[in-house]
Amino acid sequence: MRRFWFFALLLLPVLVLANIEAYRFDDPAKEARYRGLIAELRCLVCQNQNLADSNAELAQDMRRQTYEMVQNGSSNEEIVTFMVQRYGDFVLYSPPFRPSTALLWIGPFIIFVVGVVILLIFIRRRNKEPEVELSSAEHARAQSLLDNKK
Amino acid sequence: MIPEIGQLALILALALALVQAIFPIAGAHKGNTSWIALTKPSALGSLLFMTIAYGCLTYGFLVHDFSIKYVATNSNTSLPTLYLITGVWGAHEGSLLFWAYTLSIWTGVVTLFSRSVPQAMVARVVGVMGIVTVGFLLFMLLTSNPFVRLLNPPAEGRDLNPLLQDPGLAIHPPMLYMGYVGFSVAFAFAIAAMLSGRLDAAWARWSRPWTNVAWMFLTLGIVIGSWWAYYELGWGGWWFWDPVENASFMPWIIGTALIHSLAVTEKRGAFKAWTVLLAIFAFSLCLLGTFLVRSGVLTSVHAFATDPSRGVFILLFLSVIIGGSLLLYSWRASQIRSSVHFKLISRETGLLLNNVILVVTACSILLGTLYPLVLDALGVGKISVGPPYFNSVFIPLTAPLAALVGVGALAHWKREDGLVLARKLAIPLVLSVGGGFAISIWLLPFFDWGAVLGLVLAIWVTLTMSLWFREQGGVAGAMGALKNITRAGWGMFFGHLGIAIFIVGVALTSIYSTEKDLRIEKGQSYSLGGYDFLFNGAERTAGPNYLADRGEVVVSKDGEHVVTLHPEKRDYRSGMPMTEAGIDAGLTRDLFVALGEPLGDQGAWSLRIYHKPFVRWIWLGGLFMSFGALLAALDKRYFRLARKARLEAEAQAAEGAA
Amino acid sequence: MKARYLIPFGIFMAIMAIFVLGLHKMSEDPNFARNVPSVLIGKQAPEIVLPDLFDQSKMVSSSSLNGQVWVLNVWATWCPECWREHDFLMYLAKKEGVKFFGINWRDDEAAAKKFLKDKGDPFVAVGFDPESRSIMNWGVYGAPETFVIDKQGVVRWKNAGAMTREVWEGELKPLLNKLEKG
Repeated sequence: MRRFWFFALLLLPVLVLANIEAYRFDDPAKEARYRGLIAELRCLVCQNQNLADSNAELAQDMRRQTYEMVQNGSSNEEIVTFMVQRYGDFVLYSPPFRPSTALLWIGPFIIFVVGVVILLIFIRRRNKEPEVELSSAEHARAQSLLDNKK
Repeated sequence: MIPEIGQLALILALALALVQAIFPIAGAHKGNTSWIALTKPSALGSLLFMTIAYGCLTYGFLVHDFSIKYVATNSNTSLPTLYLITGVWGAHEGSLLFWAYTLSIWTGVVTLFSRSVPQAMVARVVGVMGIVTVGFLLFMLLTSNPFVRLLNPPAEGRDLNPLLQDPGLAIHPPMLYMGYVGFSVAFAFAIAAMLSGRLDAAWARWSRPWTNVAWMFLTLGIVIGSWWAYYELGWGGWWFWDPVENASFMPWIIGTALIHSLAVTEKRGAFKAWTVLLAIFAFSLCLLGTFLVRSGVLTSVHAFATDPSRGVFILLFLSVIIGGSLLLYSWRASQIRSSVHFKLISRETGLLLNNVILVVTACSILLGTLYPLVLDALGVGKISVGPPYFNSVFIPLTAPLAALVGVGALAHWKREDGLVLARKLAIPLVLSVGGGFAISIWLLPFFDWGAVLGLVLAIWVTLTMSLWFREQGGVAGAMGALKNITRAGWGMFFGHLGIAIFIVGVALTSIYSTEKDLRIEKGQSYSLGGYDFLFNGAERTAGPNYLADRGEVVVSKDGEHVVTLHPEKRDYRSGMPMTEAGIDAGLTRDLFVALGEPLGDQGAWSLRIYHKPFVRWIWLGGLFMSFGALLAALDKRYFRLARKARLEAEAQAAEGAA
Repeated sequence: MKARYLIPFGIFMAIMAIFVLGLHKMSEDPNFARNVPSVLIGKQAPEIVLPDLFDQSKMVSSSSLNGQVWVLNVWATWCPECWREHDFLMYLAKKEGVKFFGINWRDDEAAAKKFLKDKGDPFVAVGFDPESRSIMNWGVYGAPETFVIDKQGVVRWKNAGAMTREVWEGELKPLLNKLEKG
């Protein structure tokens, strides 16, 4: 838990191995849900790790909490709400949609639409401008100028 | 004494880099040939002194000179020689030195291999790279000097971070830096073209091979990093959407856009302003990545809370380089007139769409990476943005991109008859959709829409590229294609096939992987993915600078022995536990076993087992892509240009003599 | 010069502004990037029912402090900052009359007892929480963490990190005075 790694220019996630806990589930569906949950909940004391990948003591306890709730029949929403009520949105790797995160979620869509619109305007304007078609002789000359440019 | 020589060499390299940054550019501007003539000597001189400085630090590692603070903190006498050499770039100061050294190497190579480029242009390019070098060397000398001495050297050094004691990491950073720094060449060409006021297709032609090589290295660096994370970190993931990874992925995406846009600018003289902007973006993201990752602003580890001068310097440096070039752009780009025409259905549109999607993707990743920081800085709240966000943005954006690959390659420049194109694509479309569903239904463990999508896209890319291949042959068929296709064409072919391979790997691994954490006793076995894993217990062993528990797991299938794996759990001298997974790699599946903790007294252990179908295809696809980039960079026309330039230079020299 | 060519520069400057702001906040508070603000502020305090550190057959409960202003302190002997702040907690408990309820978190029982025996015990009661049962309800992620609970049982304040004279003079003392009056 008290390990914070930081290596500069090595552009790699800096992580250490999680403990492997042999939890037993009475139902494979529950095990799958457990795996999904601990992959999307964040370890609070780590640099940037989910619960599944962290060996921090708190992460172990939060995994156990998740396991117990899954085993006792809590739904995914209940478990996520449980964590958020205690640790806030920070614990979720998938931030909930709120006014403060609206731009995060809509942003990519807006950028995409803007990009495509600019693209279409660009192509249309190109084709409205007077066509200055080069003859093939001119084209060859331009090409050789290009190659010889000193 | 040696560290002082290194220190002195750094200062001399800085002095020469200053010369390199000032005189060639000023000379090119004023037409002063004697100043331009300083280009080569200053760049090569700077390279020489950087080599000396780098050699001095490496020597310090090899002879265990613990009076150098950096050596004492990052190595010890029991470290194997390989890691003494790679340890040089294992932490902040050394990796900066390595970066700067790589930059010097690229600069040197550019000065030596640009005979086909006019001298004034080379002078400007090398000058711009000189400015960047000056920034790096100043940063190092002022805030992060690798040669700082300790007054009381310890008898034994600390340890190199165990995560870095791995052959994968020996090659990962060099590849990545070669890529990062390589984009400085494309950047320098773009800036030089703007400085000269001649933003034509010529600069695109000159910078294209360099950009391809840089992209190749960056691709390799990311592939090796991903592969390393997979086997070294021990939980079978290959991409985490960590800010640190995003920092290398964003320049890669923009770099991909750049190599496509450069093609249009070179062949058709179109998109000139846009291509320049992409070149600036790509290198800016490299700088932003290198600096902000280490500065701690992004990773929320406060590296320069203790040393604010680093942060201030970084921001100033970024402002000067990136801000300056964007201002130059806003001035020059408005002067560009372009009269190139193309229709809505044409290869140009295809490549523009490719660029739009790639840039939007990079912007989205940047948004996701910076968003928590923004909210935090504004005091609005703390959030985490992780894989669920990035996947949900990345996949919908890039799936159409993959669909576009074949269309773009088959469409003609300028204009294309939509009907003819549609007719050409009909058969591949039917075959890929049919094939995707058929494989998903009959060959895969269970039906999944994600797998269908992945397979359809992969088959589509493969078929359309095959169609392209067939078309190149004309009437002569495949044999004709083998003869007609240029190296650049082959480069595109392999690069795009790499995408298909990559998609198959990603889709099948993420959907059909199975894993199990279990408690297992000696002699017990567990079966997963059709394989039986028999645990033969674990025993204590020792390595050069660690102790380890070494487990033995015998894997068999249908009673036949497949492989014996030895997962280890190591305790390094530095006190950090590390896991070495036991992995059996295969083209269609990986078997992955990681040893956990001993449980109870009966020799039971916790064990994690993965069955990962087609995971190797992810990296195989990456290798195909970088091989494609290499082929494209080695296209014959670049050599022809160089030869032509040499002959002309000789002719001119002869004239001058006469 | 057309304005649209300045857009990239504008976006870049906006990003730089964020970094400057982030850097500024970091230099003001080195823990800025790591502190996760508590979501419990202004909410009803979760009840603590834990085994007594000194006698695990008995339970201690925070309900014994209902109707009073009290302070929750999460500590452990593995946490260096807890060693640093302990003498000051002793001073606050003895001289300033602060009512501390302690949670000993993920600790070695014997070590924790010895720690309090050697250095003094500032707590009204100490609950033993080796499995993070109670601290998780409070959204605790490190030690030491300190919370203030008012007479109505509402969480009013949280501090992550050691209790120091500056924190006491600057934040905690004025708050406690206000709550005692209210």
